Amino acid sequence: MIINHPLLGPRDAAEFVHLGDAAMIDRPDWQAKDAAEAFHDYLYLRDNPAGTYRELWYHEQGDRSWLVVIRDTITHDIKNVELARDHARRRGRSR
Amino acid sequence: MAYSAFRIFRESLTGNRGWKPVWREPEPRPDYDIIIVGGGGHGLSTAYYLARNHGITRVAVLEKGWLGSGNVGRNTTIIRSNYMLPGNQPFYELSLKLWEGLEQDFNFNAMVSQRGVLNLYHSDPQRDAFVRRGNAMKLSGADPVLLDEAGVRKLCPFLDFDNARFPIRGGLWQPRGGTVRHDAVAWGYARGADRRGVDIIQNCEVTGFLIDSGVCKGVETARGPIRAKSVAVAVAGSSSRVMAKAGIRLPIESHVLQAFVSEGLKPVLPGVITFGAGHFYVSQSDKGGLVFGGDIDGYNSYAQRGNLPAVEDVCEGGMAIMPMIGRARLLRMWGGLVDMSMDGSAFIDRTEIDGLFFNGGWCYGGFKATPASGFCFAHLLATGESHPVARQMRLDRFRRGKLIDEKGQGAQPNLH
Repeated sequence: MIINHPLLGPRDAAEFVHLGDAAMIDRPDWQAKDAAEAFHDYLYLRDNPAGTYRELWYHEQGDRSWLVVIRDTITHDIKNVELARDHARRRGRSR
Repeated sequence: MAYSAFRIFRESLTGNRGWKPVWREPEPRPDYDIIIVGGGGHGLSTAYYLARNHGITRVAVLEKGWLGSGNVGRNTTIIRSNYMLPGNQPFYELSLKLWEGLEQDFNFNAMVSQRGVLNLYHSDPQRDAFVRRGNAMKLSGADPVLLDEAGVRKLCPFLDFDNARFPIRGGLWQPRGGTVRHDAVAWGYARGADRRGVDIIQNCEVTGFLIDSGVCKGVETARGPIRAKSVAVAVAGSSSRVMAKAGIRLPIESHVLQAFVSEGLKPVLPGVITFGAGHFYVSQSDKGGLVFGGDIDGYNSYAQRGNLPAVEDVCEGGMAIMPMIGRARLLRMWGGLVDMSMDGSAFIDRTEIDGLFFNGGWCYGGFKATPASGFCFAHLLATGESHPVARQMRLDRFRRGKLIDEKGQGAQPNLH
């Protein structure tokens, strides 16, 4: 697989480490009443879809940026790559 | 009719006209006591042990494709019981004991070959870790043997003992481990279950569950609804997809694991050999091909094929311990889907929906578990209680902090 890095251009996926579901960007509120339950689901449960998947990749052997990659888990076709920072900011995070 | 040498002799005298199909192809009945979703190794062994141990034969096994078309036909055929934690090791030792008596039990030649499994160590700390693992194996009645370098040299003189980076100092040897003809396991269990009255229904994909007020009462299939008192899902690799139809999210990611076979060579490997400093394991099939594999690719996938970096990594591991295989050509390679769970261990449990049971999360080690998995799943379905050796394989163990994490990697499926 080739990941088209937004800053560095096309790079071999072997340079990256796969972390998993990009939903992990949205941590639950630790002060909420159901925080224990929410963190259990956050840490351990996964949607694991067959098809389009939004996931976090870390450019460990490159510029150490975190990327959000939209990839098809049936074909390995990569549809979109962006910096995780841009993705998080669009969701209302400050950084 | 039972298979025997006498039967072969008799058939040879009568033109081999007496052989019958090994299992029936029945139409699904409208209702059963138990429906098993998934006609792979684990589903078929569950059906077999339900009938054999518990006398429950109003059972249907529903398979989307053909029998054994999933991981039971795509693995590297290794059996062993060299785990460490008490939540796992007694289970795998039960499995190895069942493998040992399997062929006589289900009257089918599965070519169970106890040629031994050798895990190499390359440093003093790793030796210490293997001593600990060996002691844990002994607690369950397994048969670990700690070998020093001379012991390994005697067994496998062809290894690269003086490798500059990863010299081979010895190994943990399990003589009772080995390999099994994997397809024959599916066929043997299917035949055994069918002869006891279980309906095995192929080309019958489950498209949904019939759930009424939190109770599962059957399944929707491509061939119409079928009702049952209990529904048991054993579809490792696709567990999340199937259980999502019941609205259940699992602590599982699906990953791709590749396997490889070289061209046929003369007999050279005495048993299964694993590299202790990288991830590479190899055995030699009876046809002579080297059967080997290594790490999972490391990303979620349902593609049943992997990418080249994992191929390179596996081959590097092979070259590091046995450079002699460098001239052998790769004949075939393929990928299988594995349920990578959040702690690297499996599940045999009921679910939050009454009447719906789940078996999965086998990571890359489901094949060796096939007999005990069916044995314990059948026990749970028939008695409502977990089998003693599978008591920790619960779906809610993360909520209770009772993880079974052999490698201590934490909730990161691609590292287990």
